[in-house]
Amino acid sequence: MKVNIKTKINNKVYELSVSPNQTLLHFLREELGLTGTKCGCEIGECGACTVLLNGKAVNSCLVLVPQIHNKEVLTVEGLAEGDVLHPLQKAFIDYGAVHCGFCTPGLLMTSKELLDENSEPDEVEIRTAIAGNLCRCTGYIQIVEAIKGASKELRKS
Amino acid sequence: MEQNYKIIGKPESRVDALGKVTGKAKFAEDYNVAHQLYGKVLRAKHPHAKILKIDTSKAEKLPGVEAVLTAKDIPGSKVFGIVVQNQAILAEDRVRYLGDGVALVAAKTKEIAEEALELIEVEYEPLPVVTDPEDAAHPDAPKIHGDDNVFVHHKVRKGDIEKGFAEAEFIIEKKFKTQFIEHSYLEPEAVLAEPSEHGGVRIIGSVQNLFSSRRSVAAALNLPLNKVQIIQATLGGSFGGKDEVMTSMCCRAALLALKTGKPVKMVNTREESMLESYKRHPYTMYYKWGIKKDGSITAMEIKIYADGGAYASMSPFVTWRSVVQATGPYYCENVKTDVYAVYTNNNYTGAMRGFGSPQVNFAIESMMDIIAEKVGKDPLEIRLQNGFERGAITATGQTLDHNVSLKEVLTKAAKEIDFQNKWRQYKSAQDSPIRRGIGLACSYRGVSLGAEGTDAAGTIVSVQTDGSVIVSSGITDMGQGAQTQMCQIAAEVLGITMDRIVFLNTNTSRVPDSGPTVASRGTIMGGYAAKRAAEIVRSTLLSVASEMTGYDVQVLDLKDNYLIDKDSGERLASFSELAAECFKKGRPMYGFGWYKSPQTSWDEEHGQGIAYFTFVYGTNIAEVEVDTETGKVNVVDFVSAHDVGRAINRQTVLGQFYGGVAMGLGYGLLEEFEIEDGIPKQLNFDEYLLPTAMDVPNVRAIIVENEDSTGPFGAKSIGEPTNEIAAPAIVNAIYNATGKRIYELPANLERVLLGHKLTRKGERGSVQKEKEELVIESCKIK
Repeated sequence: MKVNIKTKINNKVYELSVSPNQTLLHFLREELGLTGTKCGCEIGECGACTVLLNGKAVNSCLVLVPQIHNKEVLTVEGLAEGDVLHPLQKAFIDYGAVHCGFCTPGLLMTSKELLDENSEPDEVEIRTAIAGNLCRCTGYIQIVEAIKGASKELRKS
Repeated sequence: MEQNYKIIGKPESRVDALGKVTGKAKFAEDYNVAHQLYGKVLRAKHPHAKILKIDTSKAEKLPGVEAVLTAKDIPGSKVFGIVVQNQAILAEDRVRYLGDGVALVAAKTKEIAEEALELIEVEYEPLPVVTDPEDAAHPDAPKIHGDDNVFVHHKVRKGDIEKGFAEAEFIIEKKFKTQFIEHSYLEPEAVLAEPSEHGGVRIIGSVQNLFSSRRSVAAALNLPLNKVQIIQATLGGSFGGKDEVMTSMCCRAALLALKTGKPVKMVNTREESMLESYKRHPYTMYYKWGIKKDGSITAMEIKIYADGGAYASMSPFVTWRSVVQATGPYYCENVKTDVYAVYTNNNYTGAMRGFGSPQVNFAIESMMDIIAEKVGKDPLEIRLQNGFERGAITATGQTLDHNVSLKEVLTKAAKEIDFQNKWRQYKSAQDSPIRRGIGLACSYRGVSLGAEGTDAAGTIVSVQTDGSVIVSSGITDMGQGAQTQMCQIAAEVLGITMDRIVFLNTNTSRVPDSGPTVASRGTIMGGYAAKRAAEIVRSTLLSVASEMTGYDVQVLDLKDNYLIDKDSGERLASFSELAAECFKKGRPMYGFGWYKSPQTSWDEEHGQGIAYFTFVYGTNIAEVEVDTETGKVNVVDFVSAHDVGRAINRQTVLGQFYGGVAMGLGYGLLEEFEIEDGIPKQLNFDEYLLPTAMDVPNVRAIIVENEDSTGPFGAKSIGEPTNEIAAPAIVNAIYNATGKRIYELPANLERVLLGHKLTRKGERGSVQKEKEELVIESCKIK
């Protein structure tokens, strides 16, 4: 059985016939080739698969594809505008927040939601916002610094 | 002296970061090819059992299934192992832990493969299970391999232990225990294996140690090494963890690929990963020290049982590091250390960041605080009194003839946070239910592999005709930044900027076997080789430059992407022009650098020798708040001081500091992979608790740089040192706050509040107290 949906992914409109029992995570990775979104635990604990659904950070492993019908999805591939990196992407590079990089796409998306809603988050707000994204490499410090740096940059522009 | 480096020591951006922030970086699971099949593993139903019969006929008939294989289908070696060859690629007649693979399926889809697994019928005869290493060491215990479960016994003997205890005024005896730890690399294991044009196989995978995995694939398939190519995909963390478990996966995928003639992809779910993968060794440690009233240590008698689990894996090496470092960086004339590794029906245990040091450091650094209290000194005083200095002779008889910076890191860390004053203040009774405490731990650590084995690595620097550069190496990157360090070193030597360099992911067929990327040896070994490779190219370039300009080589230099006259600073040609000229003249712009570590030695019988060619020193201080009503420990402040020799990249060094502390905090407070009667209890991150951004404090990092001639630009190691002393610092801080000492990790809520672990036997919700008394103390006062 297939379900027909209409959706916008990374600013591109799609009309698709999808399996109702496929998760958004596997749909993005396997059907659309958007492999930037990572699969780490598939039970909504690690946050590596975080994408924005109508601007809200969600674990794409816990969303079924039909649920994106008439909604907008943003993945890490849609974060930069052409060759111009999003300030968060640039800050993650500049502050050394990228180590192995497997948690990076999810953390970028969670941070984007945070900064979209709160342009000047303090340390506690940042740490609270990213508490659902596990990172085993960095100890989070450089990630927190990067988000602070990006927030400054965004406020300037 | 501060050198005038252009690139070395600077916080250059990681060469792999751009791909990782845009989603373009390809991790193993991101690779797909046309007509690929999906491979799946059927795993054991019992932690210990004889296999009586495997019937695959029903599975084979399922439409979409292209192969069902068992151990009998392996043409070559059915077992592998870095030291002892006893790990089954697929169990043949017996399963030894629940993660053992029994059969393989390759099918057109993942779903069909999973369905086929259900159709494989395996008949077992369950065998008695042994899960405690001390029980397993008993002569009557069920045997896992051969006729003795004790498969390693390392010794260190120094002086006369009887004499040492006779001289002592106190004898302190304690038992410590540590837990299984899951590496928890965020990326689960994945490979894609394809039959190659030479009758061999090409594998792209999340492999940490490509050359050891390649050896095992070649042996399993009866292929020469040149027909097995393993390419490292961007690796989503490893921490020592993607070695044997990946070897196993590579062998299985390669078997399926050659059997079906098609590409085969295998990806573990998190549950499969946690069930099958190896863990950090749990240790049971008996420490007996003789001390004098002035706080000096007259004798150390140490006995350690390491749970090796079902297979030997890295246990012989892990426990060797433990035996070398078991006394800590402290003077003691009389030492007797015995470390045993024992087979059980638990997950096998192997390499994990620290490699046998986090366990012993927990015991050593707890002991130091215990003896300090006994003689009325503070934790810093006792360590400064007993700590090694240059010229010290270690427990293994090695004279430390490098800059021994133990006291430098200790005093710098203590000063940073006003340790002694806080320690005294928190020690006095606190009324509030939330109590503060501060704790300290330090360590010395042998750099690289030491006397474990051959220690050499190669790196290639290749300048292209347009002046862009490719660096490749047998040393791999798993997120720690090895690529960036090697590129920085090449850039410094060639006088170019980092944007000119691309690092090629390691490919076993294109770079020489450089041993495993373990033991914090990436920068010192791969980096040194990169320096030598770049120097070869530099020398050719300058010789061509001299011919081109008529200047003497001595006055020429490469700087900021230009050939310059050293005296005037005048730019004589661009680096690109020079590269083009070099090509035109038919001179090679390719440099291959090889670095072999200085000599080490080991006498296994007496446990004496030059164990490592140099050491690093570090100190951690944790400040905590303990909620005495719930047992919750918050780490509120932290100092991490390490002598790194020279920071090639300050930012990646800091990243190692922070990440190491976070992982050490997890080890100290949260993480425990529990196995009961051979059955793991935590198979995903809902029950296995990793530190989140809310658990990890900000860390005050102190980078100490005492250059060491054995490393490139004086650099030594940093990856593992940062991870080996956070837990004891936290446990010592809990004691400072509450007066209660934790003898078994992790110091989770129940251990801090109740003093023991809460276990659930059978029924969910049932509670029972541990029978075992962990603390034995005997004091003789003369």
